[in-house]
Amino acid sequence: MNDPISRRQLLGRAAAGGAGLSLAALLAACGGGGGIEGGGETTAPPETTAPPETTATGGGETTAPPKELRDIVWANWQLYLDTDESGNRYPTLEAFEQEYGIDVEYLEGDINGNEEFFAKLRPQLEQGQSVGRDLIVLTDTSGVPGRMIELGFLEKLDKEAIPNIVNLLDVHASPAFDPGRDYSLPWQGGLTGIGYDPKKVGGDVTSLEQLFTDPKLKGKVTFLTDMADTVGLAALLNGDDPSAMTDEAFDRAVATVQSAVDSGQVRQFTGNEYSSLLAQGDVWACMAWSGDLVQLQYDNPELVWVQPAEGGMIWTDQLLIPKGADVYSASTLINWYYDPAIAAEAAVWINYISPVKGAKEALLAIDPEIANNALIFPSDDTLAKSKLFDVSASNNDGYKSKFQALLGA
Amino acid sequence: MTLRGRRGLTPYLLLLPGVAFLAAFFLVPLYYLFNTSLQEGTFTTTFTWAWENYSDAIGQFDEQFVRSLKYAGIATALALGISYPLAYWIAVRGGRWKNLLLLFIIAPFFVTYLIRTLAWLTILSDDGFVVDVLQTVGILSDDGRLLATSTAVVAGITYNFLPFMALPLYVSIEQIDGRLIEAAQDLYASRARAFLRVTLPLSLPGVFAGTLLTFIPAVGDFINAQLLGAPGQYMIGNVIQSRFLQLGEYGQAAALSFVVMGAVLVLMLIYAKVLGSERLTGAGI
Repeated sequence: MNDPISRRQLLGRAAAGGAGLSLAALLAACGGGGGIEGGGETTAPPETTAPPETTATGGGETTAPPKELRDIVWANWQLYLDTDESGNRYPTLEAFEQEYGIDVEYLEGDINGNEEFFAKLRPQLEQGQSVGRDLIVLTDTSGVPGRMIELGFLEKLDKEAIPNIVNLLDVHASPAFDPGRDYSLPWQGGLTGIGYDPKKVGGDVTSLEQLFTDPKLKGKVTFLTDMADTVGLAALLNGDDPSAMTDEAFDRAVATVQSAVDSGQVRQFTGNEYSSLLAQGDVWACMAWSGDLVQLQYDNPELVWVQPAEGGMIWTDQLLIPKGADVYSASTLINWYYDPAIAAEAAVWINYISPVKGAKEALLAIDPEIANNALIFPSDDTLAKSKLFDVSASNNDGYKSKFQALLGA
Repeated sequence: MTLRGRRGLTPYLLLLPGVAFLAAFFLVPLYYLFNTSLQEGTFTTTFTWAWENYSDAIGQFDEQFVRSLKYAGIATALALGISYPLAYWIAVRGGRWKNLLLLFIIAPFFVTYLIRTLAWLTILSDDGFVVDVLQTVGILSDDGRLLATSTAVVAGITYNFLPFMALPLYVSIEQIDGRLIEAAQDLYASRARAFLRVTLPLSLPGVFAGTLLTFIPAVGDFINAQLLGAPGQYMIGNVIQSRFLQLGEYGQAAALSFVVMGAVLVLMLIYAKVLGSERLTGAGI
């Protein structure tokens, strides 16, 4: 659906991701709010002092002899890996290819929606056939990664090939859908909150209450087509906990969204398209993904992203290895991106939240402006107020049907 | 005898590639789809037989159904209204510019469907020219809008399918023998009367073909409703899309697809009957 097209939409790739939304780790987040920054600070020094190459090759050398690296295929969302100016080459990936002497076929934009992509792979997975991809990226809060684990559609990571796993931020250490991190590691994460244009609004939009009910915004608001985002934020408005959904809380959240639709407050439910609507002024305030706003701000510096007063949502896209794929080679690639220096190089370009300890410190040297951008490296306070949507709710067919009915389909 | 035998067989042999193609890429998938439409469940649960997919499909989504038929009908009528004068003018007055003018009609196809639809987001923007003009002349209230309304969805569908209407119309009007119109005028028919009694009836095959080519895909369209509409404008295509890709309820989605197919087929048969398609197709579209 979502899917796809304008440059902005491309920018919005997050949407899809967003759609899936996410929250994953943050169950923990709430408790371990310190995670991103604090973790980075304490552990970074040793990491940064060790030259990345050494770390990477070291890992490769110790485990390589019995196992052989082969060419692999990596499917990802649009605009989710650093490129050079031409947009056709991926510097950090090319460096990996040179370092290890294998080719990685990178399928940019192969994934455009979590459920959609899963629906596409499922027939082959059911029949035990290879899906032609060795590494995929799906959003935790969409519930798809957890479902794939349950169905036995994923390979376990080869942790021997991922010594850099020590750089995983503490908040991500033990998500509910994969407590031991046996099958997944985060790629990037993001926050869902409110994006708005202060000039159009003639002031600020700081709370969900305002977004859902302020008559000033009537007909100028969009919500997201992703259940985790829209229902999660509505639950926060109702004072419920989106990371532990009950039937009552879910129904209340749906009713809250419904009343905003019925009153004419909400004009549309969107995927990434909200970004172009917001930029051209048709939408004044909307549910928005943090990374999208970072990208939109390059051309529209007046736009603002805020975490609502009631709290916001958080999500993380997970690196996964489908059944039948080359586990060792894919794990080696994962290891590469868990090197703080490499993670920092990618982060400069991607503008979402990196799960790698020390990435911020490494980034300070490359691009202090990005390293200090609160949307890319959120503060402890922001993280503490971010909720991870209940993954079991994402996989509840009854909830999904109710939400689709709310969307009119 | 042998000659007659061979002659009898030749047409069928010539048909073979086409029939084989249809069988492999239409009938077989259709069979699988039908099979799916009788099953219930998602991939996480298991599949069981469920005839009620059909009754559910009709009962639950009658609103989107009726809406699809309505939007597609309005869009088809608009496309016909716009295309007929256009095709007529090109066919009769186009002269040596005919080909160039036809190229203009097809030109939008050089751009992807999705991009063309997204362009309407800009055209109908709240601060855009169109909304501005409509507000100034008072057709829209000051806080009125076009995006996320049924107007935008119908406009998008009309625009996207217009060439499918215009091209067959052009072909059938262009083929009309000008001498017939002259003859009508020689017999003291006014220009309007000559048009109504000669040109219009002879162009009906084009109207028929254009209507089918526009209406059928328009009924199943979901991109326009998704991008230019709000939930209140969602069509049956949106429902099928979300059942298939968001909810993984393949059974219901397949059943809905069949219901749409059946409904369109019935409507087309009635339409053909009313217009007399035998005569029309006999007239050589």
